Amino acid sequence: MADEPLVLGIETSCDETGVGIVRGHTLLADAVASSVDEHARFGGVVPEVASRAHLEAMVPTIQRALKDAGVAASDLDGIAVTAGPGLAGALLVGVSAAKAYAYALGKPLYGVNHLASHICVDQLEHGALPEPTMALLVSGGHSSLLLAPDITSDVRPLGSTIDDAAGEAFDKIARVLHLGFPGGPVIDRYAREGDPDAIRFPRGLTGPRDPVYDFSFSGLKTAVARWIEAKRAAGEDVPVADVSASFQEAVVDVLTRKAVRACKDHGVDHLMIGGGVAANSRLRALAQHRCEAAGITLRVPRPKLCTDNGAMVAALGAEMVARNRPSSDWGLSADSSLPVTETHVPGEGHHGHGHDHVHELSSQNLYP
Amino acid sequence: MLLLALDTATPAVTVALHDGSRVLAESRQVDARRHGELLLPAVDAVLAQAGRKLDAVSDIVVGVGPGPYTGLRVGLVTAATFGSVLGVPVHGLCSLDGIAHASGLEEPFVVATDARRKEVYWARYDNARTRVTEPAVDRPADIADQMAGVPAVGAGALLYDEVFTGVRREGPEHQSAGALASLAAEMLAAGEEFLPDRPLYLRRPDAQVPANYKVVTPK
Ligand SMILES: [Zn+2]
Repeated sequence: MADEPLVLGIETSCDETGVGIVRGHTLLADAVASSVDEHARFGGVVPEVASRAHLEAMVPTIQRALKDAGVAASDLDGIAVTAGPGLAGALLVGVSAAKAYAYALGKPLYGVNHLASHICVDQLEHGALPEPTMALLVSGGHSSLLLAPDITSDVRPLGSTIDDAAGEAFDKIARVLHLGFPGGPVIDRYAREGDPDAIRFPRGLTGPRDPVYDFSFSGLKTAVARWIEAKRAAGEDVPVADVSASFQEAVVDVLTRKAVRACKDHGVDHLMIGGGVAANSRLRALAQHRCEAAGITLRVPRPKLCTDNGAMVAALGAEMVARNRPSSDWGLSADSSLPVTETHVPGEGHHGHGHDHVHELSSQNLYP
Repeated sequence: MLLLALDTATPAVTVALHDGSRVLAESRQVDARRHGELLLPAVDAVLAQAGRKLDAVSDIVVGVGPGPYTGLRVGLVTAATFGSVLGVPVHGLCSLDGIAHASGLEEPFVVATDARRKEVYWARYDNARTRVTEPAVDRPADIADQMAGVPAVGAGALLYDEVFTGVRREGPEHQSAGALASLAAEMLAAGEEFLPDRPLYLRRPDAQVPANYKVVTPK
């Protein structure tokens, strides 16, 4: 529908320079430039390398997204950008670009939360989010269970990892197995050939007195690494497929068990899973199985929308426009530890005034 | 001609508008930690003060460093984005050249800025208009022999005045976009070449993955 908000979103919280364009719940463009290859030899994301790559890629990626979407910049209803959480220097490149872009075009600016964007992206795949939505976000940076009564204004953290993120555990085990970086896809691949019950690795924080919705993957990581080292010390071959399958099973068992439990406890009949680890085939399969058994509808976007991208930021920006949420002001800053409860960063003096303030400033600089 | 100049390579966040013959408006705020927050409001304020709109700008001028990276990138990405939307050229200038230009010195001298990590960014000039060495980054002690008694300006020279013994305390400490714009206007009039709008980092990135990289989970 032409009256749905047309929004461009910019994402630079980690190593992907993402620019997406959406119209309401419709994905028009999802341009991504990744610096992942430059990080591979370090076994993790190097912040300064990521920031340098963002600067190089920023303007070309915006131009590519506009071309892919076949829309004119002047037709945009707003510019959204990840204001946090994420790597400080990386975020700053995207926030600065978004501000300059919005200012030069005379459009309102929306600084939005990265985690809320991961949830909102599902609107591009499965239509409007039910309210409330239960969300499990799992990636190299996050492992969280979130309850979202309103994705634009009310996201409540139920639980999160107390040590490593799920994706981080995949990276570290892949390193121990000499499988390279990032670890998620390669472990998923090996695991398909292995037996998930071959080795019984520990399930973190699943005891009767443990926090119900929090995660811990550090103990699991250590247990797997010890098991591998013991094999090597004994001069035996490490069964990579079985280790991968058994490790992966331990991770996804806990993730899905806790997510389904959260849905039941809160009377929510559907679950969305987002973040890079949502691309894991075993996580999808087990979540599907357990959700069906519990009468819960599972919503998982396609893998490209699960990893960090600009479309998810645009999706949340479009929802902000649709719901008349106040825009950000030109002093918007990047906040590397923006709490998930802050779904967006409205400008000062916006309380109850819509986005008049920004329009007033911008209209002086309307560019045809 | 209407030049919009900006520079975030030093602790100063500075913006100026220049019409080819004079600086119409200038903003300078010194706050090394808030480049990202301060730059756009400063652009808005400078345009408002000069009574101009962004779409009247014919050229963007940007200081490309050297400077501490995080802040430096704020100015560069802002300039590149403006240039792309407005469809106007983005001219890069060595940030040290702006400070040199502001000094007005007619004799050989050195510009030095604070590169943090106990180092300085520096370059030699024959006069305020003429740089004679490529910008470099060094520990002050390692270049002490060359610097003794040489007139010097900039925050790096002030900070390490035991090395830069010829420091001019009255000279410019940080960047001024007005000076940068004036230099650019002269260069445009003379048909001189600019640098590409790409950062002068002068150092390789620290290739270390922080122990808890990408930990962005909510508290
Ligand atoms: Zn993410």
